[in-house]
Amino acid sequence: MNQTSDFDIDYVANLARLALTQAEKERFARQLGEILHYVEKLRQVDVAGVEPTAHASPVFNVWQADEPRPGLAVDAALRNAPAARDHQIVVPRVVE
Amino acid sequence: MTMAGPAIFESAATLSTLLATRKISAVELLREFTARVDAVDGRVRAFNSRDDAGALRLAAESDARRAAGRELGPLDGLPVAFKDVIAVDGQPLTCSSRMLANFVSPYDATVTTKLRAAGAIPWGRLNLDEFAMGSSTENSAFAPTANPWDLRCVPGGSSGGSAAAVAAGETPWALGSDTGGSIRQPAAFCGIVGLKPTYGLVSRYGLAAFASSLDQIGSLARTVEDAAVLLGAIAGHDERDSTSVRAEVPDYRAELGRRKGPWRLGVPKEFFGAGLDPEIEAAVRAAMEFYRRAGCEIREVALPLASEYAIAVYYLIATAEASSNLARYDGIRYGHRAAGATDAIDIYARSRAEGFGEEVKRRIILGTHVLSSGYYDAYYLRAQKVRTLIRAEFQNVFAACDALLSPTTPTPAFPLGAKVADPLAMYLNDIYTIGVNLAGLPAISVPCGFTSAGLPIGLQIIGRPFAEADLLAVASAYEQAHDWHRRHPQLP
Repeated sequence: MNQTSDFDIDYVANLARLALTQAEKERFARQLGEILHYVEKLRQVDVAGVEPTAHASPVFNVWQADEPRPGLAVDAALRNAPAARDHQIVVPRVVE
Repeated sequence: MTMAGPAIFESAATLSTLLATRKISAVELLREFTARVDAVDGRVRAFNSRDDAGALRLAAESDARRAAGRELGPLDGLPVAFKDVIAVDGQPLTCSSRMLANFVSPYDATVTTKLRAAGAIPWGRLNLDEFAMGSSTENSAFAPTANPWDLRCVPGGSSGGSAAAVAAGETPWALGSDTGGSIRQPAAFCGIVGLKPTYGLVSRYGLAAFASSLDQIGSLARTVEDAAVLLGAIAGHDERDSTSVRAEVPDYRAELGRRKGPWRLGVPKEFFGAGLDPEIEAAVRAAMEFYRRAGCEIREVALPLASEYAIAVYYLIATAEASSNLARYDGIRYGHRAAGATDAIDIYARSRAEGFGEEVKRRIILGTHVLSSGYYDAYYLRAQKVRTLIRAEFQNVFAACDALLSPTTPTPAFPLGAKVADPLAMYLNDIYTIGVNLAGLPAISVPCGFTSAGLPIGLQIIGRPFAEADLLAVASAYEQAHDWHRRHPQLP
């Protein structure tokens, strides 16, 4: 496992699309350093040859017939949009 | 029958009988609960919102069905309150987050559809730790919920509003969600019954996702019987949740009377180590002694990996999944959008910074880090492998046991503010509950005593996958012989 000193808060905050304040960055870097130090204990466990568990459900590859059925109406789908017009969500221009 | 006391502290089963025998109408019953919430919730702060008008309409419809002589089920006419993460069409769904402060559900969750079909009345929405991340309900963006047994203490979390509302007589029962203990821990802190079903038994369609390989919807109730009835109403396969299992759903209440034991009950020795409050240990050991006298075989078992590593595994897997699930809150389609953003990335980063609270940000950052290139194998993949070993450890133990007994929590409810500044200390609260989620097992917390300070104590019983009928029977056997669940907090 990598050293916790590798933790780069600016890099991770950008990946997570979170604009953190300087105070948040300092606090999270310290607290997450402590948490990452705590989880270092997993290095003690011998996991050679062990398969990972993604979930505990005895269900795999769920298939359904491809049949159309009623879905969410446009008005309902747009009810919570921050801004909408003409059945579309309004956003700032992103392409010149 | 006559009412032993005010309806607000009766079990749902008793209220159902009162409705069936016309001792009270559904409209009158709902008015008792709305009056109770009006009277006490300024201090308890369990409710985020209520739809009294809509609920009264549904209550009147239930009364009309009854007046027409229709045969009605045990939930018909009873109000149900929802943890504010489960969709009810037309009602707010906030996740106790600024991000969703103005969100209104455009559809019903599958559990909501099922409860409506049973005649239950979706009524109020209950506070939680923001996006179900926390163990005290102090991470709510709106207000911290108080423990009805001592308003200076937390109710537990993340389903703290659900547990406090039931304990305070504000609702007969409630739905919650449990990702690492979020039903059982607040149930223990508030002196009520909390049931986390097997992963896959209850559909999560319409549940705001936190950690999808762990989340499960379950019941918080006054009695084991009520928890069984509520589970029966919401369980079953749903094609809209691909993790939902085609499992048989028995009549859990009927099974309570049929399954009498004796059972082979395992006691994980590591769950009685350092950090366990002595009064809680004494109460749980007394419960073990009850089962022994009832003819059950009590055997010590070992869960060395679950007890030592479950929290570390959980905080890697749950945060990784949360960072992925919460990526949907981008300020574009729904939820909070920051004003004056200049481009897409700016909308995402600022909307999320303004919309999410401290603990949610902390977990998104941790989860993003453990999934990022160069760290994935060391953290996330290793955690998934240790999860396999923890699951196998439970399976081995269940080869010789029908259920496991343990404390639900290492300590009773703690004072508001006591652990806010120390995330790791807060996480350690879930030490006895978290392994159950990693292994996908069902578990229940039932009241098993009080501390000398008057705070409730919970007994956790863990069952085999999809063996809820046995789990509930084991819990009921204890409850029937004790009266902890008949005590109610005296709110000032």
